Amino acid sequence: MGWLTGALAWLADGAHWQGADGVPQRLLEHVGLSAAAVGIGCLVALPLGLWLGHVRRGGAFAVATGNLARAVPTFAVLVLLALAPSPFGLGTTSTLTALVLFAVPPLLTNAYVGVLEVDPAAVDAARGMGLTSSQVLRRVELPLAVPLVMNGVRLAAVQVVATATIAALVAGGGLGRIIVEGFGRQDQAQLLAGAFLVLALALAVEGGMELLQRRVDPLRRARGRQRVAADAHLDVRSGSS
Amino acid sequence: MIPSAAVPRAASCLLENAWVCPEYLTSRRSELVDAVVAHLQITVVSVVVGALVALPLALLARRVRALRPVVLGASTALYTVPSLALFSLLLPFTGLSRTTVVVGLVLYSLTVLVRTVLTGLEGVPEEVRDAARGMGFAPSALLWRVELPLALPVVVSGLRVATVSTVALTTVGTIVGNGGLGDLVYDGLRTDFRAEVLTASVLCVALALVLDAVLLVAGRLLVPWRRGVA
Repeated sequence: MGWLTGALAWLADGAHWQGADGVPQRLLEHVGLSAAAVGIGCLVALPLGLWLGHVRRGGAFAVATGNLARAVPTFAVLVLLALAPSPFGLGTTSTLTALVLFAVPPLLTNAYVGVLEVDPAAVDAARGMGLTSSQVLRRVELPLAVPLVMNGVRLAAVQVVATATIAALVAGGGLGRIIVEGFGRQDQAQLLAGAFLVLALALAVEGGMELLQRRVDPLRRARGRQRVAADAHLDVRSGSS
Repeated sequence: MIPSAAVPRAASCLLENAWVCPEYLTSRRSELVDAVVAHLQITVVSVVVGALVALPLALLARRVRALRPVVLGASTALYTVPSLALFSLLLPFTGLSRTTVVVGLVLYSLTVLVRTVLTGLEGVPEEVRDAARGMGFAPSALLWRVELPLALPVVVSGLRVATVSTVALTTVGTIVGNGGLGDLVYDGLRTDFRAEVLTASVLCVALALVLDAVLLVAGRLLVPWRRGVA
């Protein structure tokens, strides 16, 4: 178990928690970039997904996006953008673009399915009460789709945190940098310490998003446990990193 | 550097560092073939081992009710672990080897496979099971000759998802020097060689799509009674 004590000793060393390549700085880079990517992804994908679900069109498009994202290696996209001409190339723009690209499919698919699966009787009743098309979307379909929309946000966040780790192999900062530098120096203690930090962040994001998912569901008390969201977990998961 | 005038015209796309370069395909042919073969081996071994591990886990989760949430929860939680961290964490046990990549990919494949095998088995109608028992099928014969064949369409769909994800994830194995086509992508990054990066990336996506199609066709052939249904 020498490797474990080595990693713990690395983490306990105060020198590794300071400066431009210290753990707090790397964590900040990782979280900042991931949050920006999920935020931009939401702005792009959620309106589109909700609208496609509302007009009940583009199902094949949403599904194809998800399937294609699963087949495209995140690492390859990161490298392709890093070698691409300006405004891409080695730098934050490329990393952020790649992260947004992989955040979009789970957001899009879940938002689409979320609206699509709203009970048609509820929509009919709303129409019968004289609500306009956009009112139906905002006041009926959107609240009912929240569990799946949030499921998409959670999947996107987990996906983006994992991809941001791989970005360190290419050019990016973040906690993955600690792992990659550990490999470069053949310093097993450092690369394992980095891996533990990445693992802790990923689990914290997953846990935090699950909490958020439960908190923001407007109907959670009325409905009890969200079986739909839990079961849809894997079916609409896409991308792999 | 070789002066450009001395180089035959056909090689110019290599000198220009073009994204698309037929010359690269011919001059590095054996390197590309080796990478595709390595990628294919890693993927196939990982998914096959993953399926062999997933089946007993799914059977266990079905038999022992109390273990069901544990088995499903553990296999699902694995997807949260970023691949770069997982391969690093396996390093003390399996070293800089292909085994590290395969073990990591097997763990990821369980996320999908355990759930689909379980879903497939639970989708077998109880009347079918009763009829088979009435015909004198022993529990093992019931599993292998009735339940698994009926679960096959769902299992194959899980295998397709697992295979496509595994092909993509294999590239990250380059961190331990065994990423198949990912090794070429990484080499292309370090040497600023665009044709190498684009060719390896396209081959990787193509490999995923071809394996997906192979499994789709194989699934149709194995379940003749469902042909034309879906």
